[in-house]
Amino acid sequence: MSFPWAAHYAPKHPLMRWLDERLPMPRLVYNAIGAGYPVPRNLNYFWNFGVLAGLALVIQIVTGVVLGMHYAANGGVAFDSVEKIMRDVNQGWFIRYAHANGASFFLAVVYIHIFRGLYYGSYKAPREMVWLIGVVIFLLMMATAFMGYVLPWGQMSFWGAQVITGFFSAIPVVGEPIRIWLLGGYAPDNDALNRFFSLHYLLPFVIAGCIILHIWALHIPGSNNPTGVDVKGPQDTVPFHPYYTAKDGFGVGVALLVFSLFLFFMPNALGHPDNYIPANPLSTPAHIVPEWYFLPFYAILKAFTGDFLWIPAKLWGVLAMFGSILLLFFLPWIDRSPVRSSNYRPLYKKFFWVLVVDVILLGYLGQAEPNWKTVLASQICAGYYFAHFLIILPIVSMIERPLPLPRSISESVLHGEDEESAPYGVADASHAGHGPAPQPAA
Amino acid sequence: MFRLFAPLIAPIVGLGFLLSLLFAIVTASYESEPESTQQRFHLEHKELKLASDGPLGKYDRAQLQRGFQVYKEVCAACHSMRLVAFRHLEALGFTAPEVKAIASQWQIEVPSINPDTGEPATRKALPSDFMPSPYANETAARAANNNALPPDLSLITKAREGHAPYVYSLLTGYRDPKTYKNEHGEALPADGQPPAGLHFNPYFPNLNIAMPPPLTANGQVTYTDGTPATVENYAKDVSAFLVWTAEPELEGRHRAGVATIIFLLIATTLAYMAYQNIWRDKKKHGKRTSLTDA
Amino acid sequence: MATLDQTDLPPGEAPPPEHGLRRRDWLNVAAVSFAGVGAAAIVIPLVNQMNPSADVLALASIEVDISKIESGMGIKTSWRKQPVFIRNLTPAEVASANKVPASSLRDPQTLAERTKEGKQNWLVQLGVCTHLGCIPLGIGEGENKGPFNGYFCPCHGSAYDEAGRIRQGPAPKNLVVPDYAFKSDTVIQIG
Repeated sequence: MSFPWAAHYAPKHPLMRWLDERLPMPRLVYNAIGAGYPVPRNLNYFWNFGVLAGLALVIQIVTGVVLGMHYAANGGVAFDSVEKIMRDVNQGWFIRYAHANGASFFLAVVYIHIFRGLYYGSYKAPREMVWLIGVVIFLLMMATAFMGYVLPWGQMSFWGAQVITGFFSAIPVVGEPIRIWLLGGYAPDNDALNRFFSLHYLLPFVIAGCIILHIWALHIPGSNNPTGVDVKGPQDTVPFHPYYTAKDGFGVGVALLVFSLFLFFMPNALGHPDNYIPANPLSTPAHIVPEWYFLPFYAILKAFTGDFLWIPAKLWGVLAMFGSILLLFFLPWIDRSPVRSSNYRPLYKKFFWVLVVDVILLGYLGQAEPNWKTVLASQICAGYYFAHFLIILPIVSMIERPLPLPRSISESVLHGEDEESAPYGVADASHAGHGPAPQPAA
Repeated sequence: MFRLFAPLIAPIVGLGFLLSLLFAIVTASYESEPESTQQRFHLEHKELKLASDGPLGKYDRAQLQRGFQVYKEVCAACHSMRLVAFRHLEALGFTAPEVKAIASQWQIEVPSINPDTGEPATRKALPSDFMPSPYANETAARAANNNALPPDLSLITKAREGHAPYVYSLLTGYRDPKTYKNEHGEALPADGQPPAGLHFNPYFPNLNIAMPPPLTANGQVTYTDGTPATVENYAKDVSAFLVWTAEPELEGRHRAGVATIIFLLIATTLAYMAYQNIWRDKKKHGKRTSLTDA
Repeated sequence: MATLDQTDLPPGEAPPPEHGLRRRDWLNVAAVSFAGVGAAAIVIPLVNQMNPSADVLALASIEVDISKIESGMGIKTSWRKQPVFIRNLTPAEVASANKVPASSLRDPQTLAERTKEGKQNWLVQLGVCTHLGCIPLGIGEGENKGPFNGYFCPCHGSAYDEAGRIRQGPAPKNLVVPDYAFKSDTVIQIG
């Protein structure tokens, strides 16, 4: 552990000592989530969402493995095998609805987790690697969620597979061969369904591996906190257990309550009726929409309608859609402000909230009927999305005058500053003036 | 050189996307399409209250049995129900012998083979059989129905926007296209008149449905439990039955949900109290003295 | 830092004795117990889903027409995806089976105990060797009936007699007689 005051694992029971000498597993757990991991003491509830995302992955893997015991990945029987799960398998409806709504739960939690990182500058030095691995996990999740949605082989499954693999055909020359290679045919069929099932089963374990890297990379600099100020000493931290295990326990309870409301009382609220119609390659549903968690990106895809320069509109849309995610990889170097938390960045904070509204609007526009009003609105919103990250952020980080930072986490805790209130204290020599306050990197 | 240009990469890429969008905005056409006949005459579904509605909803078994009777005597002639097995009907309150009788008296037999010759044959349905389809395959179904395919009804209330109220509205929504007027008093224009073989129904998304009105007269189905045998009741009962065929797990799901929510409320309250207890001496005041030391 | 030592220690290592401690412990134990109960409850559906599903259980009972089985003949039918042997024993086979004293057998049973009253010639049994589950030979015409003129399991050499009782080899029990009933003289219902 990075902090010299972190507690070290000292096995008390001889059996644990014996185990620790041969396979230091207890030490690993202790250092990761035990008293050996000191955490800033001022984390707010937004810091619960990392653990909730882990819980969601566990829910998805457990229910998914169980569903795999009954599901048949063949175009002729896939739909009926899902209905057998719903009707005849013991408590099958519970497992399937948990898995279907679990995907939405996972994505919802991860979106809040990402926006937490954006607001509090968790992507900045020294945590760039945490952020990079996080973006990889997000991409893997999107791929997994998409392939999982194909498996019930309803109308939306089929046409989703058709449309999403169609993205690749936008690539000049090699696009169409890549699409045919991905599908193993000219349209989605058994072969596509089978490989999607195989990959849908594999990728969650890859995600689990990436999460281990994500946490490992996090534990080297330690967790960020709402002030963004570095940990200065033991007075700034508490051991993960029992302090944050207790707080996470409460967070898990609240999250499971929300999850249960969907699972038991509106299990299809986030789904689409057309997916209860078996896949029909000869008839496209009137209104194809992806699952809600892809809607902002779908809106960006649809916003590019002009053949600008020598690039056709279709390719612009696909480039923009992938670009909108890939630009997150460069965020630690695009935002050059040394101040992490938006609580001390008055200008950035305004743009951050504009971005939140912008993404929610894009989500709405992603499923709206296309007419000139919604297309124009999505063009403006997509424009803001790119402008925010690629133009506004570099400029803001140059011209912004951050508010004076608290000297330490414990000082801000003492004066009730862990939220939005004005910073404490007279600026001393170390962060006088209006320039960015120094934040020594760990 | 690279160090000099690196900070410009992001704004240049961003400008590229922005210019492309600007180009799209400038070159787009901004004419609103005139409101189509479909938009002017399509109606949102009517209200339908069922016992299964809401988080505590349960099925009204007598209603489901009546709905099943309507399905059996009217809908089943054209519409299959391939995901429901006869044994599932025990959930409607039928006993095992009653289910066996229903299966063996079903108007359509189950495809089978002659045990002596191996020739294709049919046999009486068993409780373990799924409800046999009225048509051997899609081609046969289309051939018998003017090239329209009667959809399978097992999941219909989950598979349509508007769910059960939509089914109910559709069944009771047939109107005479010659005399129909929408809420603005407009009569159906010539281009909205149903083509030959189609039937006008303002609740159907494109107004003209291939299915002829299935429920035509009071007394068409004979109810034995004293419920008035009206078209209105037939439509309500069969809609309720179709909610059950789509979501047979609904009652168990609601029960399990209530138990889960109660359990989680208690557990979460306890977790909150434990959290507050553990953090009691870590909140604000506990640290005042240590800070003066720092 | 002198004042830090008490509050910063993780609880359990040196808990300061105070009156609130009991309530604190009780709450923590209760919260953890509830989490444990919840986790245990969630395991039930995850385990139960592997039990036979409703469509499998629906095939748990079959009816068989036995009118075409002549004396000395047998048929093999399928119940719960397992073979069922139905044999119409000849009077000679019945006599031969009844001659063997039941007490001398590994799994003592008389033919009468293995058949329905008054229908001693109708032997209905699962065609699953009680050793490790292979299907014994002997029901089909011309199959090896083994040294006891009944059934012979080719996997590990278990031999059963006319009444399906184990006589030789590693199998511990007689062939299993499933629950069945005569619905009429010519129809039996198994399961």
